[in-house]
Amino acid sequence: MFSGAALGAGALIVAVLFAVALFLIVQALPTFSAPAADITGGKGFFSYIFPIVIGTLIAATIALLIATPIGVAVALFISHYAPRKLARGLGYVVDLLAAIPSVIYGAWGASFLASELKVPYQWLADNLGWIPIFAGPASSTGKTILTAGIVLAVMVLPIIASLTREIFLQAPMLHQEAALALGATRWEMIRMAVLPFARGGIISAVMLGLGRALGETMAVALVLSSGPLIASLIRSGNQTIAAEIALDFPEAFGLRMHELIAAGLVLFLITLGVNMVARWIINRHKEFSGAN
Amino acid sequence: MSKRIDVSDLNVYYGDFLAVEDVNITLDAKSVTAFIGPSGCGKSTFLRTLNRMHEVIPGARVEGKVLLDGDNLYADGVDPVTVRSQIGMVFQRPNPFPTMSIRDNVLAGVKLNSRRMPKSDADALVEKSLQGANLWNEVKDRLDKPGSGLSGGQQQRLCIARAIAVSPDVILMDEPCSALDPISTLAIEDLINELKDEYTVVIVTHNMQQAARVSDKTAFFNIAGTGKPGKLIEFAETATIFNNPGQKSTEDYVSGRFG
Repeated sequence: MFSGAALGAGALIVAVLFAVALFLIVQALPTFSAPAADITGGKGFFSYIFPIVIGTLIAATIALLIATPIGVAVALFISHYAPRKLARGLGYVVDLLAAIPSVIYGAWGASFLASELKVPYQWLADNLGWIPIFAGPASSTGKTILTAGIVLAVMVLPIIASLTREIFLQAPMLHQEAALALGATRWEMIRMAVLPFARGGIISAVMLGLGRALGETMAVALVLSSGPLIASLIRSGNQTIAAEIALDFPEAFGLRMHELIAAGLVLFLITLGVNMVARWIINRHKEFSGAN
Repeated sequence: MSKRIDVSDLNVYYGDFLAVEDVNITLDAKSVTAFIGPSGCGKSTFLRTLNRMHEVIPGARVEGKVLLDGDNLYADGVDPVTVRSQIGMVFQRPNPFPTMSIRDNVLAGVKLNSRRMPKSDADALVEKSLQGANLWNEVKDRLDKPGSGLSGGQQQRLCIARAIAVSPDVILMDEPCSALDPISTLAIEDLINELKDEYTVVIVTHNMQQAARVSDKTAFFNIAGTGKPGKLIEFAETATIFNNPGQKSTEDYVSGRFG
């Protein structure tokens, strides 16, 4: 009885996933058979999709580069450094951050953070402008891919922090005591007995965060003043797949709609690839995971 | 190296609760001292205060003195990290680091103290420590395999190798055989007999035969009732404790009348 229900639930998940994939493929097909000149931009699907794929990856990368170290550090502070009362309060706050709807983050990013960042961007353009990613002139509104990435980082942070905190709390006391009894300081103990144990969990948390960063629509759509692909992170320009779909879908019809669904298919494939790579990384270290 | 430990007027508290009361004891260098007593009598708690591992437990604190060859472990400015590198510990359940190879497990403590070590020195130390723990012949061909792949008894000897690799003055063992089968237990007991040539060994055990087999002196701890503090009842040569104890409760315990 129970095994039947479990099997049914498992089969349902696979069926839903399969149905979504099938829908995406069928609806995207007309794009690939259409003549290149009819596709937005007039040069075929690849040159349409390539800039927004790169834009998506840039925004997600910025988000993870910022959120991963901070998220892991916050989690470690809560699990191993903070006094118990403070840890509990802080844990609630982090969980609350995850509950804020993305449109609010978008509004905050567009109306507050972007204008706050104008001055730092100007500074970057003046002093580090020789690095292509900081090439000027800096955006006068602050609505750049870097701002979008920072907003995404704030959104991803609670996911990474709360998941890794749970993992850190589960690190076996047995091994932590073993490290301490050898004369390890707290930080050395964390490096010997907590971080190696949490490795797989940290990667999973980052991948979940990456999933959100890649797929996040509203915040990017509100924050980023989009444009063609450019290397500079502090000028207006670039676009992400999710934001492109959100902004254009309501008015799209015919081939344009199929095009956007094809873009969605590409996003789906990217996320799938990312998850498979993560799984591969975790499995590669199975022998030393302590699971045997 | 081997040092002696003098404990005077030691009280251990968990928060406001007095867990162990007024312990005075001297643990001789190059000897094996066993702590026996019923569950909850504070012998493990007391053992942990000898290398300040009780501080890992929130709210645990001590009053009194523990002198390691005259140096008070609880003096102001003494770092518990230093204390623990001088006084090693082996736990109830074998706990090699699962993410490390056998070799890295042995070197784990050494790498904390001295950052750089030539590979030849490290290899020599790994061999010496594993020899010292009677484990070398069993693992010499698979030093790069994870330590968690060994049997329970081998894992426990690996933990002992890890503890002696940092050349401590004292080795504390908290019921090191309670999770092991009789053959592995015998291997550990043989090892304890060899270890006392170089180290001061203190072992907590529930197994009175084990205490009788391995120790030179035995301390009997008891508790008057739940909620009362544990106390050191009697401390003497092991033969005296088992054959001719001075206290009625010691005699009752070693003859199996309670506990």
